[in-house]
Amino acid sequence: MSSPAANAQDQLSAAPEALLEVREVAKRFGAREVLKDISLNIAAGEFLTLLGESGSGKTTLLRLVAGFEQPTAGEIWMGGERLDTLPPYKRRVNTVFQHYALFPHLSVRENVAYGLRVKKTSATEIGSRVDEALRMVKIQEFAESRPSKLSGGQQQRVALARALVNRPLLLLLDEPLSALDANLRKQMQSELKALQRELGITFLFVTHDQEEAMALSDRIALLRNGALEQVASPREIYAHPATAYTAQFIGQTNLLRAETIDGTARCGALQWPTNGPSGPAIFSLRPEAIRLASDTADPPGTARFRARLQQQFFSGASEMLEVNCAGGQLLRVRISARGPLSGEQEFVFSIADAIRVQE
Amino acid sequence: MYSRAYKTLVSLPPLLWVGLFLLLPYALMFAHSFWAVHDGVIVHQWNLHNYETLFSKPVYLKVLLRTMRIAASVTLCSLLLGYPLAYYLSFHAGVRKELLYQLVIVPLWVSYLVRGYAWKTILGSEGVLNGFLQYLHLTHEPVAFLLYSPFAVVLMLTHIYTPFVFLPIYAALEHIPRPLVEASHDLGAGSLQTFLRVILPLSIPGLLAGATFAFVLSLGDFLAPLLVGGASGTMIANVVQSLFGAAFDWPLGAAISVCILIITISLLFLSERLERRWSLK
Repeated sequence: MSSPAANAQDQLSAAPEALLEVREVAKRFGAREVLKDISLNIAAGEFLTLLGESGSGKTTLLRLVAGFEQPTAGEIWMGGERLDTLPPYKRRVNTVFQHYALFPHLSVRENVAYGLRVKKTSATEIGSRVDEALRMVKIQEFAESRPSKLSGGQQQRVALARALVNRPLLLLLDEPLSALDANLRKQMQSELKALQRELGITFLFVTHDQEEAMALSDRIALLRNGALEQVASPREIYAHPATAYTAQFIGQTNLLRAETIDGTARCGALQWPTNGPSGPAIFSLRPEAIRLASDTADPPGTARFRARLQQQFFSGASEMLEVNCAGGQLLRVRISARGPLSGEQEFVFSIADAIRVQE
Repeated sequence: MYSRAYKTLVSLPPLLWVGLFLLLPYALMFAHSFWAVHDGVIVHQWNLHNYETLFSKPVYLKVLLRTMRIAASVTLCSLLLGYPLAYYLSFHAGVRKELLYQLVIVPLWVSYLVRGYAWKTILGSEGVLNGFLQYLHLTHEPVAFLLYSPFAVVLMLTHIYTPFVFLPIYAALEHIPRPLVEASHDLGAGSLQTFLRVILPLSIPGLLAGATFAFVLSLGDFLAPLLVGGASGTMIANVVQSLFGAAFDWPLGAAISVCILIITISLLFLSERLERRWSLK
């Protein structure tokens, strides 16, 4: 199993032609080290999400790319041009701000036209491009309104149009959906994704919501305490989390602290063959990788264990079980809905699903 | 829910205050402006004579115009000083912000009179400024126009009212969400464009409030012209004062006061309208 850094490195070299290159960037605010040695490439047309808890440095990284902050060390390049030495108004990058930051004294149309107007674009071109942008995000009917008259979702659309009308090479989105209610957020997610495909603009998206990151991104860069924990596609990062932190942050998992001796991992009553080195090891086993054992013999490559049911949470299509194995190990099991269970049950999981992770 | 008696009780003091100290004096002033003086006695004889005098004798209009000119100059000067100061403090002062803010406010605690006398000692022919100019051999005799001139009045009033202009502008600037400035830069606007297109328009209500303060307060000022104005710096309030005092012509003084009041109220009304137009609701 590779280290998280090496894993990130693999992903770097795998990425096609990079639009944005973040090279060994660090950022300090006084004594506080907010970003440590970040290297990250973003390919043209990619949807990359910076995912992390609050304080992980994801917004700071975005602000470095936008130019609102200067890196303490390292460089940022875009399209073969050094970016971090340019002031924000000279970068071909636009931002959708967390709380939209629409100009309250300007109408929706004037807000969207702002970027073109300061660049002295001709009036006819401004007119047609603004109309096009308003149509794209479906807010033509509010063109003459002030932002304060609009709902959160509508303001979000204006913010998007205001950024996109400038045809940036890279669009930065700072938790753009966090202020919206759940239904609207789902809808905006799908529209964002569609828009990104349609325009082919590279998106750098910041969120703390791992579900959102999974649903939208081509790749996820998971940040933890200012360092990159893992960079990979949503499927890859879910199936092969490099660290215990990643495994827990992305989706739900059971972390098994096992002792590995001579090709066998043991964790309480559970035991299964493994080909890793001997010694203590942590394995991630997703709840859905465990299922109720059938009476027939287990297929090869699986491990069986007994556990007593403690809790059962029904959630429609599936249910989540909390089971207690002999030895006190508490496990979560997700199975398709099948009615109330009780007492001791036999469970089985595929050995390949127990993923060895770093601490 | 509050009882009726309670509501009456709590609204009594403010009503009494406004009635006794605002409405009654104004009513008296208004009435006086339509009365007359005969042989040093005010007679309650309704007439428009005072207003006729006011508009027919050029001296009153001349002083009134000068007063408005001085008030306008003070307004302009304190805006030119107060706005950049407020802008610097709000956007660029960093850690020095609190200290500088206090330093702007502290002079407000010093008596108006003391500051007036300070300007007298600075501007006089034996004053600090003239002494300094002669020491530098820039002049050989005291510069006379420094003191007892409209210039001195404008200077003193600007010094006194700049903090009043600074405060509402500073408050307006502090209320501008900083992401708006970042958004403007993000959309390609440099510092000047951002100032002209975002910061200035959003600070207009504060600017109007400050300008109104400076103009209205200067318009009614009589201490500055008394201390540093001399004959050429006399303002309309000094005329009112002398009519109520030495000349004992209360009716004419009242008529002038009514005119000033009308000008002031119109100005407040106008600035209120403008501010509302510029505010965002």
